[in-house]
Amino acid sequence: MSTLSLTLRDSSTMLRRNLLHMRRYPSLTLNLLLTPVMMLLLFAYVFGDVMSAGITGGGADRSRYLAYLVPGILMLTIGGTTIGSAVSVAMDMTEGIIARFRTMAIHRGSVLIGHVVGSVLQCLMSVVLVGAVAVAIGFRAKDATALEWLLAVGLLALVSLSLTWIAVGMGLSSPNAEAAGNNALPLMILPLLSSAFVPVDAMPGWFRPIAEYQPFTPAIETVRGLLLGTEIGHNGWLAVAWCLGLTALGYLWSRSLFGRDPK
Amino acid sequence: MPSSVMPTTSRSDGHPSPAAVSTIGLRKSYGDKTVLDGIDLHIPAGSVFALLGPNGAGKTTAVKILSTLVSADGGQAQVAGHDVAAAPDGVRAAIGVTGQFSAVDGLITGEENMLLMADLHHLSKREGRRVTAELLERFDLVEAAKKPAQSYSGGMKRRLDIAMTLVGDPRIIFLDEPTTGLDPRSRHNMWQIIRELVSDGVTVFLTTQYLEEADELADRIAVLNDGRIAAEGTAEELKRLIPGGHVRLRFCDPSAYRSAAEALREVTRDDEALALQIPSDGSQRELRSILDWLDSLGIEADELTVHTPDLDDVFFALTSSTVPSPRGRRDQPKDAR
Repeated sequence: MSTLSLTLRDSSTMLRRNLLHMRRYPSLTLNLLLTPVMMLLLFAYVFGDVMSAGITGGGADRSRYLAYLVPGILMLTIGGTTIGSAVSVAMDMTEGIIARFRTMAIHRGSVLIGHVVGSVLQCLMSVVLVGAVAVAIGFRAKDATALEWLLAVGLLALVSLSLTWIAVGMGLSSPNAEAAGNNALPLMILPLLSSAFVPVDAMPGWFRPIAEYQPFTPAIETVRGLLLGTEIGHNGWLAVAWCLGLTALGYLWSRSLFGRDPK
Repeated sequence: MPSSVMPTTSRSDGHPSPAAVSTIGLRKSYGDKTVLDGIDLHIPAGSVFALLGPNGAGKTTAVKILSTLVSADGGQAQVAGHDVAAAPDGVRAAIGVTGQFSAVDGLITGEENMLLMADLHHLSKREGRRVTAELLERFDLVEAAKKPAQSYSGGMKRRLDIAMTLVGDPRIIFLDEPTTGLDPRSRHNMWQIIRELVSDGVTVFLTTQYLEEADELADRIAVLNDGRIAAEGTAEELKRLIPGGHVRLRFCDPSAYRSAAEALREVTRDDEALALQIPSDGSQRELRSILDWLDSLGIEADELTVHTPDLDDVFFALTSSTVPSPRGRRDQPKDAR
Protein backbone atom coordinates (compact mmCIF):
# COMPACT_ATOMS: atom_id res chain seq x y z
CA MET A 1 0.00 0.00 0.00
CA SER A 2 1.39 3.41 -0.88
CA THR A 3 2.19 5.86 1.89
CA LEU A 4 -0.63 8.19 0.93
CA SER A 5 -3.34 5.56 0.86
CA LEU A 6 -2.00 4.09 4.11
CA THR A 7 -2.20 7.55 5.68
CA LEU A 8 -5.76 8.06 4.42
CA ARG A 9 -6.96 4.64 5.44
CA ASP A 10 -5.48 4.64 8.95
CA SER A 11 -6.45 8.25 9.57
CA SER A 12 -10.06 7.59 8.59
CA THR A 13 -10.09 4.55 10.90
CA MET A 14 -8.85 6.77 13.73
CA LEU A 15 -11.39 9.44 12.81
CA ARG A 16 -14.16 6.84 13.05
CA ARG A 17 -12.87 5.96 16.50
CA ASN A 18 -13.01 9.60 17.62
CA LEU A 19 -16.47 10.16 16.14
CA LEU A 20 -17.63 7.04 17.94
CA HIS A 21 -16.35 8.52 21.22
CA MET A 22 -18.24 11.76 20.53
CA ARG A 23 -21.40 9.94 19.65
CA ARG A 24 -21.22 7.73 22.75
CA TYR A 25 -20.52 10.68 25.05
CA PRO A 26 -22.34 13.67 23.54
CA SER A 27 -22.42 15.46 26.90
CA LEU A 28 -18.71 16.29 26.52
CA THR A 29 -19.41 18.16 23.29
CA LEU A 30 -22.59 19.83 24.50
CA ASN A 31 -20.97 21.04 27.75
CA LEU A 32 -18.47 22.99 25.69
CA LEU A 33 -21.34 24.91 24.07
CA LEU A 34 -22.63 26.25 27.38
CA THR A 35 -20.03 29.00 27.75
CA PRO A 36 -20.42 30.60 24.30
CA VAL A 37 -24.22 30.41 24.40
CA MET A 38 -24.26 31.94 27.88
CA MET A 39 -21.93 34.73 26.76
CA LEU A 40 -24.09 35.35 23.72
CA LEU A 41 -27.26 35.71 25.79
CA LEU A 42 -25.52 37.73 28.52
CA PHE A 43 -23.98 40.27 26.19
CA ALA A 44 -27.01 40.52 23.92
CA TYR A 45 -29.73 40.82 26.55
CA VAL A 46 -28.01 42.12 29.70
CA PHE A 47 -25.17 44.31 28.41
CA GLY A 48 -26.53 44.82 24.89
CA ASP A 49 -28.11 48.24 25.36
CA VAL A 50 -25.18 49.77 27.22
CA MET A 51 -22.59 48.29 24.87
CA SER A 52 -24.32 49.48 21.73
CA ALA A 53 -24.83 52.95 23.14
CA GLY A 54 -21.19 53.10 24.16
CA ILE A 55 -19.82 51.86 20.85
CA THR A 56 -22.01 53.85 18.47
CA GLY A 57 -21.96 56.86 20.74
CA GLY A 58 -25.68 57.22 20.16
CA GLY A 59 -28.86 55.51 21.23
CA ALA A 60 -29.08 51.96 22.36
CA ASP A 61 -29.58 49.47 19.52
CA ARG A 62 -29.49 45.92 20.72
CA SER A 63 -29.93 44.27 17.32
CA ARG A 64 -26.94 46.18 15.90
CA TYR A 65 -24.82 45.06 18.84
CA LEU A 66 -26.01 41.49 18.36
CA ALA A 67 -24.77 41.62 14.78
CA TYR A 68 -21.44 42.99 16.02
CA LEU A 69 -21.22 40.32 18.71
CA VAL A 70 -21.97 37.11 16.80
CA PRO A 71 -18.72 36.69 14.79
CA GLY A 72 -16.71 36.96 18.01
CA ILE A 73 -19.00 34.50 19.78
CA LEU A 74 -18.46 32.03 16.94
CA MET A 75 -14.67 32.34 17.40
CA LEU A 76 -15.14 31.86 21.14
CA THR A 77 -17.10 28.72 20.35
CA ILE A 78 -14.18 27.37 18.33
CA GLY A 79 -11.70 28.28 21.09
CA GLY A 80 -13.82 26.52 23.71
CA THR A 81 -14.31 23.41 21.58
CA THR A 82 -10.58 23.06 21.00
CA ILE A 83 -9.98 23.14 24.77
CA GLY A 84 -12.12 20.00 24.77
CA SER A 85 -9.81 18.55 22.10
CA ALA A 86 -6.72 19.25 24.21
CA VAL A 87 -8.37 17.48 27.14
CA SER A 88 -9.43 14.48 25.09
CA VAL A 89 -5.98 14.12 23.50
CA ALA A 90 -4.33 14.24 26.95
CA MET A 91 -6.82 11.69 28.23
CA ASP A 92 -6.29 9.45 25.23
CA MET A 93 -2.50 9.51 25.67
CA THR A 94 -2.83 8.03 29.15
CA GLU A 95 -4.74 5.06 27.70
CA GLY A 96 -2.94 1.81 27.01
CA ILE A 97 -4.45 1.65 23.54
CA ILE A 98 -2.10 4.40 22.34
CA ALA A 99 0.88 2.20 23.26
CA ARG A 100 -0.76 -0.54 21.22
CA PHE A 101 -1.13 1.77 18.22
CA ARG A 102 2.56 2.63 18.48
CA THR A 103 3.54 -1.02 18.15
CA MET A 104 1.38 -1.58 15.07
CA ALA A 105 2.43 -1.16 11.46
CA ILE A 106 0.13 1.79 10.85
CA HIS A 107 0.71 5.35 9.73
CA ARG A 108 2.35 6.97 12.75
CA GLY A 109 0.49 10.26 12.59
CA SER A 110 -2.93 8.74 11.99
CA VAL A 111 -3.81 8.91 15.70
CA LEU A 112 -3.29 12.68 15.68
CA ILE A 113 -4.91 13.23 12.31
CA GLY A 114 -7.98 11.35 13.54
CA HIS A 115 -8.16 13.67 16.53
CA VAL A 116 -7.67 16.80 14.43
CA VAL A 117 -10.24 16.01 11.77
CA GLY A 118 -12.72 14.89 14.44
CA SER A 119 -12.15 18.10 16.36
CA VAL A 120 -12.57 20.34 13.29
CA LEU A 121 -15.89 18.63 12.53
CA GLN A 122 -16.85 19.11 16.16
CA CYS A 123 -15.95 22.82 15.95
CA LEU A 124 -18.04 23.33 12.82
CA MET A 125 -20.97 21.52 14.39
CA SER A 126 -20.68 23.70 17.46
CA VAL A 127 -20.51 26.82 15.29
CA VAL A 128 -23.70 25.73 13.53
CA LEU A 129 -25.48 25.14 16.85
CA VAL A 130 -24.36 28.43 18.42
CA GLY A 131 -25.12 30.19 15.11
CA ALA A 132 -28.61 28.74 15.22
CA VAL A 133 -29.13 30.23 18.69
CA ALA A 134 -27.89 33.57 17.36
CA VAL A 135 -30.34 33.44 14.48
CA ALA A 136 -33.10 32.44 16.87
CA ILE A 137 -32.56 35.59 18.94
CA GLY A 138 -32.49 37.84 15.90
CA PHE A 139 -29.08 37.70 14.18
CA ARG A 140 -29.37 38.27 10.44
CA ALA A 141 -26.77 38.62 7.68
CA LYS A 142 -29.10 39.59 4.84
CA ASP A 143 -26.59 41.38 2.67
CA ALA A 144 -24.04 38.58 2.53
CA THR A 145 -23.77 36.78 -0.83
CA ALA A 146 -23.41 33.01 -1.14
CA LEU A 147 -19.72 33.46 -1.85
CA GLU A 148 -19.28 35.58 1.26
CA TRP A 149 -21.03 32.93 3.36
CA LEU A 150 -18.80 30.29 1.86
CA LEU A 151 -15.66 32.29 2.58
CA ALA A 152 -16.83 32.94 6.14
CA VAL A 153 -17.43 29.24 6.75
CA GLY A 154 -14.08 28.46 5.11
CA LEU A 155 -12.29 30.86 7.44
CA LEU A 156 -14.07 29.42 10.47
CA ALA A 157 -12.91 25.96 9.37
CA LEU A 158 -9.35 27.22 8.90
CA VAL A 159 -9.37 28.81 12.35
CA SER A 160 -10.68 25.52 13.76
CA LEU A 161 -7.88 23.60 12.05
CA SER A 162 -5.12 25.86 13.31
CA LEU A 163 -6.40 26.08 16.88
CA THR A 164 -6.96 22.31 16.96
CA TRP A 165 -3.35 21.57 16.02
CA ILE A 166 -2.22 23.94 18.78
CA ALA A 167 -4.65 22.28 21.19
CA VAL A 168 -3.37 18.82 20.22
CA GLY A 169 0.17 19.98 21.03
CA MET A 170 -1.06 21.31 24.37
CA GLY A 171 -2.80 18.01 25.06
CA LEU A 172 0.30 16.00 24.18
CA SER A 173 2.56 18.13 26.36
CA SER A 174 0.27 17.86 29.39
CA PRO A 175 0.69 15.00 31.84
CA ASN A 176 -3.05 14.56 32.40
CA ALA A 177 -6.49 15.83 31.46
CA GLU A 178 -6.69 18.46 34.23
CA ALA A 179 -3.37 19.98 33.24
CA ALA A 180 -4.44 19.98 29.59
CA GLY A 181 -7.62 21.86 30.49
CA ASN A 182 -5.57 24.53 32.24
CA ASN A 183 -2.83 24.74 29.62
CA ALA A 184 -5.38 25.19 26.86
CA LEU A 185 -7.25 28.04 28.61
CA PRO A 186 -5.58 30.73 26.46
CA LEU A 187 -7.63 29.39 23.55
CA MET A 188 -10.72 30.66 25.37
CA ILE A 189 -9.15 33.75 26.96
CA LEU A 190 -7.61 35.21 23.79
CA PRO A 191 -10.97 35.74 22.06
CA LEU A 192 -12.18 37.58 25.19
CA LEU A 193 -9.22 39.96 24.77
CA SER A 194 -9.90 40.52 21.07
CA SER A 195 -12.34 42.75 19.22
CA ALA A 196 -15.09 40.21 19.94
CA PHE A 197 -17.07 42.47 22.29
CA VAL A 198 -15.80 45.99 21.65
CA PRO A 199 -13.84 47.48 18.75
CA VAL A 200 -10.11 47.88 19.27
CA ASP A 201 -10.51 51.68 18.88
CA ALA A 202 -12.74 51.76 21.93
CA MET A 203 -10.12 50.12 24.15
CA PRO A 204 -7.62 51.97 26.33
CA GLY A 205 -4.39 52.70 24.49
CA TRP A 206 -2.12 50.43 26.53
CA PHE A 207 -4.40 47.47 25.88
CA ARG A 208 -4.78 47.87 22.13
CA PRO A 209 -1.61 45.99 21.13
CA ILE A 210 -2.83 42.93 23.05
CA ALA A 211 -6.07 42.97 21.11
CA GLU A 212 -4.46 43.85 17.84
CA TYR A 213 -1.50 41.49 17.63
CA GLN A 214 -3.30 38.20 18.16
CA PRO A 215 -5.04 35.82 15.77
CA PHE A 216 -8.63 36.31 16.89
CA THR A 217 -9.02 40.01 16.06
CA PRO A 218 -8.21 39.79 12.33
CA ALA A 219 -10.26 36.56 12.03
CA ILE A 220 -13.27 38.16 13.74
CA GLU A 221 -12.96 41.35 11.68
CA THR A 222 -12.85 39.28 8.49
CA VAL A 223 -15.96 37.26 9.35
CA ARG A 224 -17.68 40.49 10.33
CA GLY A 225 -16.76 42.01 6.99
CA LEU A 226 -17.95 38.98 5.03
CA LEU A 227 -21.30 38.63 6.81
CA LEU A 228 -22.11 42.24 7.68
CA GLY A 229 -20.27 44.22 5.03
CA THR A 230 -17.88 46.13 7.30
CA GLU A 231 -14.40 47.08 6.17
CA ILE A 232 -12.08 44.04 5.99
CA GLY A 233 -8.92 45.75 4.80
CA HIS A 234 -5.75 43.79 5.41
CA ASN A 235 -7.48 41.68 8.09
CA GLY A 236 -8.36 38.96 5.57
CA TRP A 237 -4.76 38.19 4.66
CA LEU A 238 -3.65 38.65 8.22
CA ALA A 239 -6.22 36.10 9.43
CA VAL A 240 -5.19 33.55 6.81
CA ALA A 241 -1.52 34.08 7.61
CA TRP A 242 -2.13 33.62 11.33
CA CYS A 243 -4.06 30.41 10.66
CA LEU A 244 -1.46 28.93 8.33
CA GLY A 245 1.34 29.86 10.73
CA LEU A 246 -0.42 28.36 13.74
CA THR A 247 -1.34 25.23 11.80
CA ALA A 248 2.28 24.67 10.77
CA LEU A 249 3.53 25.40 14.27
CA GLY A 250 0.95 23.17 15.96
CA TYR A 251 1.55 20.38 13.47
CA LEU A 252 5.33 20.35 13.88
CA TRP A 253 5.07 20.69 17.65
CA SER A 254 2.54 17.86 17.96
CA ARG A 255 4.48 15.63 15.61
CA SER A 256 7.69 16.02 17.57
CA LEU A 257 5.91 15.46 20.88
CA PHE A 258 4.20 12.32 19.59
CA GLY A 259 7.43 11.06 18.04
CA ARG A 260 9.17 11.01 21.40
CA ASP A 261 9.50 7.81 23.38
CA PRO A 262 6.55 7.45 25.72
CA LYS A 263 7.29 7.31 29.43
CA MET B 1 25.86 -8.89 45.93
CA PRO B 2 24.84 -11.92 43.98
CA SER B 3 27.52 -14.06 42.51
CA SER B 4 28.67 -13.14 39.05
CA VAL B 5 26.74 -14.52 36.12
CA MET B 6 26.25 -18.21 36.59
CA PRO B 7 27.29 -20.52 33.82
CA THR B 8 24.56 -20.60 31.25
CA THR B 9 23.81 -23.50 29.02
CA SER B 10 25.38 -23.86 25.65
CA ARG B 11 24.09 -21.20 23.38
CA SER B 12 26.94 -20.81 20.99
CA ASP B 13 27.55 -24.45 20.20
CA GLY B 14 27.15 -24.71 16.48
CA HIS B 15 23.75 -24.99 14.84
CA PRO B 16 21.88 -21.72 15.29
CA SER B 17 18.14 -22.05 14.84
CA PRO B 18 16.37 -19.15 13.13
CA ALA B 19 15.94 -16.55 15.84
CA ALA B 20 12.60 -14.84 16.37
CA VAL B 21 14.28 -12.41 18.75
CA SER B 22 17.95 -11.78 19.23
CA THR B 23 19.76 -9.03 21.06
CA ILE B 24 23.37 -8.17 21.69
CA GLY B 25 24.41 -5.90 24.53
CA LEU B 26 21.06 -4.14 24.80
CA ARG B 27 21.29 -1.13 27.07
CA LYS B 28 18.84 1.45 28.34
CA SER B 29 18.89 4.00 31.09
CA TYR B 30 16.43 6.59 32.30
CA GLY B 31 18.34 9.56 33.61
CA ASP B 32 21.24 8.14 35.60
CA LYS B 33 19.35 4.96 36.43
CA THR B 34 20.54 2.05 34.32
CA VAL B 35 17.59 -0.21 33.60
CA LEU B 36 19.13 -2.63 31.11
CA ASP B 37 22.86 -3.16 31.32
CA GLY B 38 23.85 -5.29 28.35
CA ILE B 39 21.27 -7.93 27.56
CA ASP B 40 22.03 -10.79 25.17
CA LEU B 41 19.13 -12.95 24.06
CA HIS B 42 18.58 -15.58 21.42
CA ILE B 43 15.05 -16.90 21.15
CA PRO B 44 14.36 -19.56 18.53
CA ALA B 45 11.20 -19.23 16.47
CA GLY B 46 8.26 -21.22 17.76
CA SER B 47 9.38 -21.36 21.36
CA VAL B 48 8.17 -19.81 24.58
CA PHE B 49 10.66 -17.63 26.35
CA ALA B 50 10.10 -16.28 29.84
CA LEU B 51 11.90 -13.27 31.22
CA LEU B 52 11.71 -13.65 34.94
CA GLY B 53 12.59 -11.03 37.48
CA PRO B 54 11.53 -9.05 40.51
CA ASN B 55 9.71 -5.74 40.18
CA GLY B 56 11.92 -3.09 38.65
CA ALA B 57 14.37 -5.55 37.13
CA GLY B 58 13.82 -4.14 33.64
CA LYS B 59 11.40 -6.70 32.20
CA THR B 60 8.92 -4.15 30.89
CA THR B 61 11.68 -1.99 29.47
CA ALA B 62 13.01 -4.99 27.54
CA VAL B 63 9.55 -5.62 26.08
CA LYS B 64 9.13 -1.94 25.22
CA ILE B 65 12.39 -1.88 23.31
CA LEU B 66 11.75 -5.14 21.46
CA SER B 67 8.24 -4.05 20.52
CA THR B 68 9.56 -0.69 19.15
CA LEU B 69 7.77 1.36 21.77
CA VAL B 70 10.95 2.97 23.07
CA SER B 71 14.45 3.07 21.65
CA ALA B 72 17.51 1.48 23.22
CA ASP B 73 20.55 3.51 24.22
CA GLY B 74 23.00 0.90 23.01
CA GLY B 75 23.34 -2.58 21.60
CA GLN B 76 21.41 -4.28 18.85
CA ALA B 77 18.07 -6.00 18.70
CA GLN B 78 16.51 -7.95 15.88
CA VAL B 79 12.92 -9.13 15.90
CA ALA B 80 11.56 -11.28 13.09
CA GLY B 81 14.73 -10.55 11.14
CA HIS B 82 14.33 -6.76 11.31
CA ASP B 83 16.41 -4.35 13.31
CA VAL B 84 14.15 -2.60 15.83
CA ALA B 85 15.89 0.74 15.35
CA ALA B 86 16.41 0.72 11.60
CA ALA B 87 13.24 -1.04 10.42
CA PRO B 88 10.62 -0.66 13.15
CA ASP B 89 7.73 -1.10 10.72
CA GLY B 90 9.07 -4.48 9.64
CA VAL B 91 9.09 -5.51 13.30
CA ARG B 92 5.62 -4.06 13.92
CA ALA B 93 4.14 -6.01 11.04
CA ALA B 94 5.28 -9.29 12.60
CA ILE B 95 4.53 -8.77 16.27
CA GLY B 96 1.60 -8.51 18.62
CA VAL B 97 1.96 -6.88 22.01
CA THR B 98 -0.11 -7.17 25.13
CA GLY B 99 1.35 -4.77 27.63
CA GLN B 100 1.15 -4.84 31.37
CA PHE B 101 -1.60 -2.25 31.43
CA SER B 102 -4.71 -2.95 29.50
CA ALA B 103 -4.43 -1.68 25.93
CA VAL B 104 -8.12 -1.59 25.11
CA ASP B 105 -10.24 1.46 24.32
CA GLY B 106 -12.53 1.61 27.33
CA LEU B 107 -15.00 4.04 25.75
CA ILE B 108 -16.11 1.68 22.99
CA THR B 109 -17.44 -1.86 23.10
CA GLY B 110 -15.39 -5.04 22.95
CA GLU B 111 -16.64 -5.73 19.46
CA GLU B 112 -15.78 -2.20 18.30
CA ASN B 113 -12.30 -2.63 19.73
CA MET B 114 -11.89 -5.79 17.67
CA LEU B 115 -13.20 -4.15 14.49
CA LEU B 116 -10.86 -1.22 15.09
CA MET B 117 -7.93 -3.66 15.10
CA ALA B 118 -9.24 -5.34 11.95
CA ASP B 119 -9.40 -1.95 10.19
CA LEU B 120 -5.88 -1.05 11.29
CA HIS B 121 -4.65 -4.38 9.91
CA HIS B 122 -6.38 -3.45 6.66
CA LEU B 123 -8.65 -6.47 6.60
CA SER B 124 -11.69 -6.26 4.38
CA LYS B 125 -15.00 -5.52 6.11
CA ARG B 126 -16.09 -9.09 5.73
CA GLU B 127 -12.82 -10.59 6.87
CA GLY B 128 -12.77 -8.21 9.82
CA ARG B 129 -16.24 -9.30 10.91
CA ARG B 130 -15.29 -12.95 10.57
CA VAL B 131 -12.07 -12.63 12.59
CA THR B 132 -13.86 -10.56 15.23
CA ALA B 133 -16.66 -13.07 15.66
CA GLU B 134 -14.20 -15.95 15.79
CA LEU B 135 -11.92 -14.39 18.41
CA LEU B 136 -14.79 -13.13 20.58
CA GLU B 137 -16.11 -16.66 20.59
CA ARG B 138 -12.71 -18.18 21.33
CA PHE B 139 -12.09 -15.83 24.25
CA ASP B 140 -15.57 -16.21 25.68
CA LEU B 141 -16.52 -12.58 25.11
CA VAL B 142 -19.61 -12.99 22.94
CA GLU B 143 -22.00 -12.00 25.70
CA ALA B 144 -20.03 -8.90 26.63
CA ALA B 145 -19.28 -7.91 23.03
CA LYS B 146 -21.80 -5.07 22.93
CA LYS B 147 -20.82 -3.56 26.27
CA PRO B 148 -18.22 -0.79 26.72
CA ALA B 149 -14.83 -2.30 27.52
CA GLN B 150 -14.41 -0.15 30.63
CA SER B 151 -17.20 -2.14 32.27
CA TYR B 152 -15.26 -5.41 31.90
CA SER B 153 -13.64 -7.25 34.80
CA GLY B 154 -9.85 -7.55 34.94
CA GLY B 155 -9.86 -11.03 33.45
CA MET B 156 -12.23 -10.04 30.65
CA LYS B 157 -10.15 -6.98 29.80
CA ARG B 158 -7.05 -9.15 29.61
CA ARG B 159 -8.82 -11.62 27.34
CA LEU B 160 -10.04 -8.81 25.09
CA ASP B 161 -6.52 -7.41 25.09
CA ILE B 162 -5.06 -10.70 23.86
CA ALA B 163 -7.87 -11.17 21.36
CA MET B 164 -7.04 -7.74 19.91
CA THR B 165 -3.37 -8.69 19.74
CA LEU B 166 -4.28 -11.77 17.71
CA VAL B 167 -6.32 -9.96 15.04
CA GLY B 168 -3.31 -9.44 12.78
CA ASP B 169 -2.17 -13.06 13.13
CA PRO B 170 1.24 -12.08 14.57
CA ARG B 171 4.11 -14.57 14.44
CA ILE B 172 5.77 -13.22 17.56
CA ILE B 173 3.76 -12.23 20.60
CA PHE B 174 5.00 -10.21 23.55
CA LEU B 175 3.08 -10.69 26.76
CA ASP B 176 4.15 -8.41 29.59
CA GLU B 177 3.02 -9.98 32.86
CA PRO B 178 -0.10 -11.46 31.29
CA THR B 179 -1.48 -12.91 34.50
CA THR B 180 -0.60 -10.23 37.03
CA GLY B 181 -3.72 -9.34 38.97
CA LEU B 182 -5.80 -12.25 37.70
CA ASP B 183 -7.57 -14.71 39.96
CA PRO B 184 -6.36 -18.35 39.89
CA ARG B 185 -9.03 -19.49 37.44
CA SER B 186 -8.36 -16.64 35.00
CA ARG B 187 -4.66 -17.34 35.35
CA HIS B 188 -5.10 -20.96 34.37
CA ASN B 189 -7.31 -19.91 31.46
CA MET B 190 -4.55 -17.55 30.34
CA TRP B 191 -1.99 -20.35 30.51
CA GLN B 192 -4.25 -22.47 28.35
CA ILE B 193 -4.53 -19.63 25.83
CA ILE B 194 -0.76 -19.25 25.72
CA ARG B 195 -0.28 -23.00 25.19
CA GLU B 196 -2.72 -22.90 22.29
CA LEU B 197 -0.82 -20.02 20.71
CA VAL B 198 2.39 -21.99 20.87
CA SER B 199 0.79 -25.03 19.29
CA ASP B 200 0.01 -22.76 16.31
CA GLY B 201 3.74 -22.15 15.92
CA VAL B 202 3.77 -18.65 17.37
CA THR B 203 6.82 -17.46 19.28
CA VAL B 204 5.89 -16.15 22.71
CA PHE B 205 8.03 -13.72 24.69
CA LEU B 206 6.62 -13.57 28.17
CA THR B 207 7.59 -11.66 31.27
CA THR B 208 6.49 -12.74 34.68
CA GLN B 209 7.31 -12.49 38.31
CA TYR B 210 5.72 -15.85 38.97
CA LEU B 211 8.21 -18.68 38.91
CA GLU B 212 5.49 -21.25 38.66
CA GLU B 213 4.27 -19.58 35.49
CA ALA B 214 7.69 -19.66 33.84
CA ASP B 215 8.07 -23.29 34.91
CA GLU B 216 4.67 -24.17 33.45
CA LEU B 217 4.96 -22.41 30.12
CA ALA B 218 8.46 -21.60 29.06
CA ASP B 219 10.93 -23.61 27.02
CA ARG B 220 13.67 -21.32 28.18
CA ILE B 221 13.87 -18.91 31.07
CA ALA B 222 16.16 -15.98 31.68
CA VAL B 223 16.39 -14.48 35.13
CA LEU B 224 16.75 -10.72 34.89
CA ASN B 225 18.13 -8.93 37.90
CA ASP B 226 19.35 -5.35 38.13
CA GLY B 227 19.36 -5.00 34.36
CA ARG B 228 21.48 -8.06 33.72
CA ILE B 229 20.69 -11.64 32.82
CA ALA B 230 21.68 -13.50 35.98
CA ALA B 231 21.10 -16.95 34.45
CA GLU B 232 19.48 -18.52 31.45
CA GLY B 233 18.37 -22.00 30.55
CA THR B 234 15.50 -24.45 30.81
CA ALA B 235 13.71 -24.69 34.13
CA GLU B 236 15.60 -27.94 34.85
CA GLU B 237 18.94 -26.42 33.99
CA LEU B 238 18.28 -23.47 36.24
CA LYS B 239 17.28 -25.71 39.11
CA ARG B 240 20.54 -27.59 38.74
CA LEU B 241 22.49 -24.34 39.13
CA ILE B 242 21.97 -24.22 42.83
CA PRO B 243 22.14 -26.79 45.56
CA GLY B 244 19.21 -26.91 47.92
CA GLY B 245 17.72 -30.41 47.79
CA HIS B 246 17.47 -31.92 51.24
CA VAL B 247 15.49 -34.15 53.54
CA ARG B 248 14.14 -32.34 56.55
CA LEU B 249 13.50 -34.11 59.82
CA ARG B 250 11.41 -32.37 62.44
CA PHE B 251 11.11 -33.42 66.06
CA CYS B 252 8.57 -32.56 68.73
CA ASP B 253 10.65 -33.64 71.67
CA PRO B 254 13.77 -31.49 72.32
CA SER B 255 15.72 -34.36 73.84
CA ALA B 256 15.02 -36.61 70.85
CA TYR B 257 16.14 -33.70 68.64
CA ARG B 258 19.38 -33.27 70.59
CA SER B 259 20.30 -36.92 70.51
CA ALA B 260 19.55 -37.15 66.81
CA ALA B 261 21.63 -34.04 66.14
CA GLU B 262 24.55 -35.57 68.02
CA ALA B 263 24.25 -38.86 66.13
CA LEU B 264 24.03 -37.17 62.73
CA ARG B 265 27.00 -34.87 62.99
CA GLU B 266 27.19 -33.56 59.43
CA VAL B 267 23.66 -32.27 59.04
CA THR B 268 22.45 -28.70 59.21
CA ARG B 269 20.77 -27.89 62.50
CA ASP B 270 17.85 -25.60 63.08
CA ASP B 271 17.64 -25.51 66.87
CA GLU B 272 14.62 -23.24 67.01
CA ALA B 273 12.45 -25.39 64.80
CA LEU B 274 13.94 -28.62 66.17
CA ALA B 275 14.68 -29.63 62.59
CA LEU B 276 17.61 -31.23 60.82
CA GLN B 277 18.45 -31.01 57.13
CA ILE B 278 20.24 -33.82 55.35
CA PRO B 279 21.49 -32.97 51.86
CA SER B 280 19.80 -35.15 49.25
CA ASP B 281 18.84 -35.04 45.59
CA GLY B 282 15.45 -36.48 46.44
CA SER B 283 15.89 -39.72 44.49
CA GLN B 284 14.31 -42.91 45.77
CA ARG B 285 17.67 -44.59 46.16
CA GLU B 286 19.11 -41.82 48.33
CA LEU B 287 15.94 -41.57 50.34
CA ARG B 288 16.09 -45.27 51.12
CA SER B 289 19.71 -45.10 52.24
CA ILE B 290 18.91 -42.13 54.51
CA LEU B 291 16.01 -44.04 56.02
CA ASP B 292 18.21 -47.11 56.55
CA TRP B 293 20.84 -44.95 58.21
CA LEU B 294 18.28 -43.35 60.53
CA ASP B 295 16.88 -46.79 61.39
CA SER B 296 20.32 -48.11 62.23
CA LEU B 297 20.85 -45.18 64.61
CA GLY B 298 17.40 -45.64 66.14
CA ILE B 299 16.23 -42.12 65.23
CA GLU B 300 12.57 -41.58 64.57
CA ALA B 301 11.52 -38.08 63.49
CA ASP B 302 7.98 -36.84 63.91
CA GLU B 303 7.88 -35.42 60.42
CA LEU B 304 9.96 -36.07 57.32
CA THR B 305 9.73 -33.91 54.24
CA VAL B 306 11.67 -34.00 50.99
CA HIS B 307 12.59 -30.61 49.61
CA THR B 308 13.60 -30.49 45.93
CA PRO B 309 15.08 -27.24 44.61
CA ASP B 310 12.51 -25.29 42.64
CA LEU B 311 12.64 -22.07 40.72
CA ASP B 312 11.93 -20.19 43.93
CA ASP B 313 15.33 -21.28 45.22
CA VAL B 314 16.99 -20.29 41.96
CA PHE B 315 15.21 -16.99 41.92
CA PHE B 316 16.10 -16.07 45.46
CA ALA B 317 19.67 -17.25 45.05
CA LEU B 318 20.15 -15.19 41.89
CA THR B 319 18.31 -12.07 42.94
CA SER B 320 19.26 -12.02 46.59
CA SER B 321 20.47 -8.43 46.51
CA THR B 322 17.00 -7.10 45.87
CA VAL B 323 15.03 -9.57 47.95
CA PRO B 324 15.15 -9.79 51.71
CA SER B 325 16.50 -12.93 53.27
CA PRO B 326 15.24 -15.96 51.40
CA ARG B 327 15.77 -18.24 54.35
CA GLY B 328 12.31 -17.83 55.75
CA ARG B 329 10.78 -19.15 52.58
CA ARG B 330 13.28 -21.83 51.82
CA ASP B 331 12.70 -23.64 55.04
CA GLN B 332 9.05 -24.10 54.45
CA PRO B 333 8.32 -27.78 54.00
CA LYS B 334 7.47 -28.79 50.49
CA ASP B 335 5.46 -31.74 49.45
CA ALA B 336 7.58 -34.72 48.60
CA ARG B 337 7.82 -35.07 44.86
